[in-house]
Amino acid sequence: MISRRDLLKVAGAAAAGAASPLERSDAPHSPSTPAPHPTSHDRQSSARRPLEALTADEADLLTAIVARLIPSDESGPGAVEAGAVHYIDRSLAGPLAPSRDAYRGGLAALERYAVSSRGRPFRELSPTDQDSLLIDLETGGATGSGAGFDGSSAAFFALIKAHTWQGTFGDPYYGGNQGFVGWDLLGYPGVRTAVVPDDQRLGTKPVPLRRSAYDSDMFNKA
Amino acid sequence: MAQTLKGTDVVIIGLGAAGGIACLPLAEAGLQVIGLEAGTWLTRRDFAPDEIRNNVRDWPQAVQKANHEVPTHRVSATAPTTRASSHPMMNGVGGTTLHYWAQSWRLNPWDFKVVSETTRRYGRTRVPAGSTVEDWPFGYEELEPYYDKIEWETGVSGKAGNLKGTPDLRGNVFEGPRQREYPMPPLRGTGFTDLMGAAARGLGWRPFPGPAQINSRTFQDRSPCMYHGYCNRGGCHVDAKNGTNVTTIPRGQKTGRFSVVTRAHVTGVDVDARGRASAVRYVTDGEEFVQPARVVLLAAYTYENARLLLLSKSKAFPNGLSNNHGQVGRHYFSHTTGASVTALFPFDLNTWYGLPAQGVAVDDWADDNFDHAGLDFIGGGNLWVYSDRRPIQAANMNTFGRAPGWGAQWKAFVRQHADRANTAYLQKTTLPYEDNYLDLDPLVKDPLGFPVLRITADYRDNERRIGTFIQDKMEAWYRAAGATDIIRGPLGTMGLNTHAYGGTRMGDNPEANVVNRWGFSHEVPNLGILGGSVMGTSGAHNPTLTLQALAWRTADHLVRNWKSIAE
Repeated sequence: MISRRDLLKVAGAAAAGAASPLERSDAPHSPSTPAPHPTSHDRQSSARRPLEALTADEADLLTAIVARLIPSDESGPGAVEAGAVHYIDRSLAGPLAPSRDAYRGGLAALERYAVSSRGRPFRELSPTDQDSLLIDLETGGATGSGAGFDGSSAAFFALIKAHTWQGTFGDPYYGGNQGFVGWDLLGYPGVRTAVVPDDQRLGTKPVPLRRSAYDSDMFNKA
Repeated sequence: MAQTLKGTDVVIIGLGAAGGIACLPLAEAGLQVIGLEAGTWLTRRDFAPDEIRNNVRDWPQAVQKANHEVPTHRVSATAPTTRASSHPMMNGVGGTTLHYWAQSWRLNPWDFKVVSETTRRYGRTRVPAGSTVEDWPFGYEELEPYYDKIEWETGVSGKAGNLKGTPDLRGNVFEGPRQREYPMPPLRGTGFTDLMGAAARGLGWRPFPGPAQINSRTFQDRSPCMYHGYCNRGGCHVDAKNGTNVTTIPRGQKTGRFSVVTRAHVTGVDVDARGRASAVRYVTDGEEFVQPARVVLLAAYTYENARLLLLSKSKAFPNGLSNNHGQVGRHYFSHTTGASVTALFPFDLNTWYGLPAQGVAVDDWADDNFDHAGLDFIGGGNLWVYSDRRPIQAANMNTFGRAPGWGAQWKAFVRQHADRANTAYLQKTTLPYEDNYLDLDPLVKDPLGFPVLRITADYRDNERRIGTFIQDKMEAWYRAAGATDIIRGPLGTMGLNTHAYGGTRMGDNPEANVVNRWGFSHEVPNLGILGGSVMGTSGAHNPTLTLQALAWRTADHLVRNWKSIAE
C-alpha cells in the first residue's frame, strides 16, 4: 500500500506548484481582512432592531443563550454579533411561524428551570452555570423539574441551535450573518456565480467575497 | 361539478425526469400530447445560490404538493408508524431534475440478471431468502440504444470506460459496452478529487470521473457548469444542468403538439366500461377538470405512481387501477445510501465550491465486479467522493469527538476544521423483499382528504452486510488519502428516499408484475407507467438515466404500436 507521505507528495505535485497539504496544515487560518469585533454588550444594549415576533424579555434571554452557543471571544465575534436573534425573530414572524409557540413555551420553561435548579434567572448566572444548564437542556436532563418543557428540553435545544446556526451561517439576506461573521469564522470564501479551476485547487484560498446572493438583481428574492 | 375538457391522444401525469422525457418522442411522432404538472415553471432567476432557501426551507417558492402528502413509514407491519416532515422530491416543470445531483449512470449488465447470474456463478442459494428479485425481462443490450439516446438528447458529461468492448481506464471499465463516447468530456477534477484518485490508484483500484447530466462545455446552446457550489438541492442559474425543464420539454413544445398544463393536481385515472383508461382527473385552485385521452402515461414519482393507482378504484378495478393481481405496491425498495463514512483530514480540502456530480468514483466493489465466492452477500456499492460544501452544512459538521457541539471549544474546532471533512456518497445494491411494500395509510390524509401512501419496509441481512463491507473499503480509501479520523454512520431504515423503486414493477409475468416489458399495464393496455417504480433492481448507481431510457423506450413502443394500444 502506498504510504500517506508518498500520496501527499503526489497531491502536492498534482496541485502544480501549490504548497503541499502537509505544509499548509500548519498555516494560520485567518480571514484576510478581519472585521472589527464588537462585544455582545455593545450590540445588545444599543442597536437592537425592532422586534417582530419575540417580546423584549424573550429576545434578551435568547440573546444570552446564543451568546453561549457561539460565543464572542478573542478568536472573533459570535452568534450575537452575527444577528442570530434578529434572524430568529424575523423568521418567527414569517416562515418559522409554526415554531413561535415552541419559543414562547420553551423560553419560559428554561427560565423556570434556571430558577428551580440554579436559584436565579438564566441571564444572572455565571457563564459556567449557563453552560451547564444548557447541557441539561441539550441532553434532555431539564425535564422533571417542574420546568414544563413541551415535550423534551432536548428538542427545544435542538430547535434553538438549528435556528442559531441558520442565523449565523446563512445568507445575510435573512437578517443573520451580519458583517459575514459566520462565513469568516468558517473560512467560507463566499457566494460566487462562477468558480474557476484555481478556486478548487489544494493549497489555494479564494479571496473572500462578502456579499449576499441577492445583492445583484440576478435572482428573484425568496 | 367537474369540467370535461377536449380529448387528446396522450396525457402524461407528471413532467419530471420520466414524463418530461416521454413527451418529446411522442410529440415528434405527430401525437397530440398534454402534460399535467402539479408545479409551475421555474427559471434560472429562481435559482439563487441560497442555502437557506434550497437546503433549509425546501424551496418555498415552488408548489408544495409533495410536501403535503409525505408518505408514512414503518419498518414492519407491527412497528410504529412515523412521518418525515418534508418530501425529498419537488413539484415543478422538470420535477426533481430541477434540483437533483444529476449523476447520470447506466446500470451494470449484472443488474438486469441478478438471479440468473448469481445462480450461474455462485448457486441459487446465494439469492437472499425472502427476496422477490427477478431478472429483468431483457438485458442491458436492449436498453443500450436508449441510454445512448438520453445521453445525447439531454447532454451527459463523462468518459467511456468500455467502448464497444474495448476497456479504457480513464472511464469505468466495469460498465457495459457502449456504442459511442459521451457527448461531452467529464466535469473537471479538483485538487481534492485528484488527491482521492491518486489514493485509489495507490490501492490498486480503478478510479474515474462519474457521468453527469450537466454541461462540461457549451451544449445545445446552453452554458457550461459554473461549479458554484449550490447545485445540491439547487437549480442551475445558467441552465447547465440538463433537467427536462431545459431539454426535452421545451423541445416537445416546439413541435406545436405538446401542451404543458401547470398547477394540475392529479387525483385519479378514470376507466371506461371496458376497463380501459379513459381520462385523468385533476384539480386546479379547487376546480376539478377531467382530461380524456386515448392513452394515459403515469409518470409521477414512485410513491405517487402507486398511490394514484390505489386511489383510482372502479367496478373493474375495486382494489385500485391495474391491481387485480394485487401487485401494485409490491417489490418496493429504496436505495441503501446510509452506512455513511465521513473523514477528517489534517489539511484544508478546498471543497467549498463544486457540485455533487463533480467527483471521483470507484466501482471495483460494486455489483458483481469482484468475486463473492467467500462472501455472505451479493451485490456491492459505488464509492463516490465529490466537492460540495456549504456554510450551514459545514457548521453542522461532526466534531469527531474532538470538541462538543457548541461553545468556545466548538468554535475553535470549526475555525480550524470547517474545510477539512468529507463524506462519501455510497450507493449500494438493494433488493425487494416479500414483506416490504407500499399501501395507503389508514389514518393520515392529504389536504384534499385522500390517504397518503404508507411505506412498510426495512433492510435485510444482504443490505446490512454490504453496508459494513463498503464502509471498510471507503475507510481504507480515505486513510490512503491522508485522513486521520473516520466516523461511520448508521445504516438507517428503508424510508422515504429519492431513489425509490418498485410498486409497479416491470416483468413478463402478470402474477408478479404490474407492467409488461414495454412499460404498459398487464391489466389496462392503454396505461403506461414511467419512472423508478417499474425498476426491479437498483444496482449501485443513481436511477435517473435508467428510468429516462425506459421512458423513451416506452414512448417509442407506443409510437410504433399506436393503433393496437390506443385502438
